[in-house]
Amino acid sequence: MILTEIKANPEFEAQLAKMGGADVKMCFQCGTCTADCPSGRRTSYRVRKLMRMAQLGLKDEIVDCEELWECTTCYTCVERCPRQVPIVDIVIALRNIAVAEGHMLANHKPTATNLYTIGHAVTVTDKVKEQRKAIGLPEIPPTVLMNSNAMADLTKILKATGFDKIVE
Amino acid sequence: MAKYAFFLGCIAPLRYPGVEKSTRVVCEKLGIELVELDDASCCPAPGVIRAFSRTTWLAAAARNLALAEAKGLPIVTICNGCYGSLFDAAHELNNDAEELAKVNKVLAEINMEYKGTTQVYHFAEVLYKEVGVEKIKAAVTNPFEHNVAAFYGCHFLKPSKIKDLEDPEDAHMLEALIEATGAKCMPRKQPMLCCGAGGGVRAGFSDVAKEFTKTNLENIQASSANYIVDICPFCHMQFDSVQKDLGFSIPVLHLCQVYGIAMGMSEEELGFSAHVVPVKL
Ligand code: SF4
Ligand code: SF4
Repeated sequence: MILTEIKANPEFEAQLAKMGGADVKMCFQCGTCTADCPSGRRTSYRVRKLMRMAQLGLKDEIVDCEELWECTTCYTCVERCPRQVPIVDIVIALRNIAVAEGHMLANHKPTATNLYTIGHAVTVTDKVKEQRKAIGLPEIPPTVLMNSNAMADLTKILKATGFDKIVE
Repeated sequence: MAKYAFFLGCIAPLRYPGVEKSTRVVCEKLGIELVELDDASCCPAPGVIRAFSRTTWLAAAARNLALAEAKGLPIVTICNGCYGSLFDAAHELNNDAEELAKVNKVLAEINMEYKGTTQVYHFAEVLYKEVGVEKIKAAVTNPFEHNVAAFYGCHFLKPSKIKDLEDPEDAHMLEALIEATGAKCMPRKQPMLCCGAGGGVRAGFSDVAKEFTKTNLENIQASSANYIVDICPFCHMQFDSVQKDLGFSIPVLHLCQVYGIAMGMSEEELGFSAHVVPVKL
């Protein structure tokens, strides 16, 4: 008997591999991950199924599904997978592919914009400035927030890696 | 004296400044010298920014690592998210010359280079391994004699394959650190259940995140713990911000704040005014 490996979507396989998801092929669909997944217990997200979809190269279905964003990256599945599939790395790679195709959740845009504009994931509020001062900390922490040259450096890095296009 | 570059991150300095303040005070009392990591940015956040662009995430993390490298210091963080990001990025860059070269091409745009030498530590690890429980006990002047829930969060011990701190299914480090203050950690169901906030779920699907937190709160309540003690400002924010909606009111303290209390800091300095769930000692 001659066994032929059928590659459903070699382009996608290569793209996923390039982004750190090559080991998805190690998954033998035992379902341990889904059984232990706290997100799957609360949502329609099924991590075993996502791994299968990735193996089959179902790119259009993957980039369009909301469930891709319901993984909290808790690593429970990674700890217990008998094949040591780097599941979280694969989820991250799939999300990167989705975002590159314009599938970013509207609720995630502000965090991306915050990083791009001030170098932090959350904004600086007047309230926190007061609270900081009241306990003897400088109003603004000594990060990129305090140094426009450092922020300019960070912006260059974000632009050089294409983050400006994600934010727009 | 142990010396570290203090990586602030975002949530502690910009949402719970008492966590930053108590870290500074406690470190001084325990003989850990914290050097400012001037000009650092967001780690960047592993669940959101890394999920948007791994390339951006790695390059921006490398910039933070390079800032510490220039000072010749290891990094200490007080946040599981920052730890997750910076540890993972350092693990990758310090062991993979090809990735390092790619990142350095980006860093060259700002005349920076990362040589791949920065080590990244979580504050709890430094306390446990370097300071040691006995020295912490000796520094306690105001024992924190309460029943508490120890909350590890996910990215301190996991993925254990690269972190190699303790078996996440059988961990004791945080309990030992908390109990050094006189507190008692109450055993509960599902102690390692995620708070729900990670991976962009808090921002993306807040109701889903809340469902995780609710199970945790039910388990914590059933264990008769009167405080939640975390080691991550993001878990901290999740627990603190959703309890009102869910009908719970269990005060949330970062380990540094518990140490601050036990080592005699005043309530004002501990920054409780930033907490949603009132903290009354
Ligand atoms: S636990 Fe591992 S091998 Fe089993 S289905 Fe999940 S990813 Fe595949
Ligand atoms: S890391 Fe994601 S997929 Fe894995 S168990 Fe946690 S929530 Fe589920």
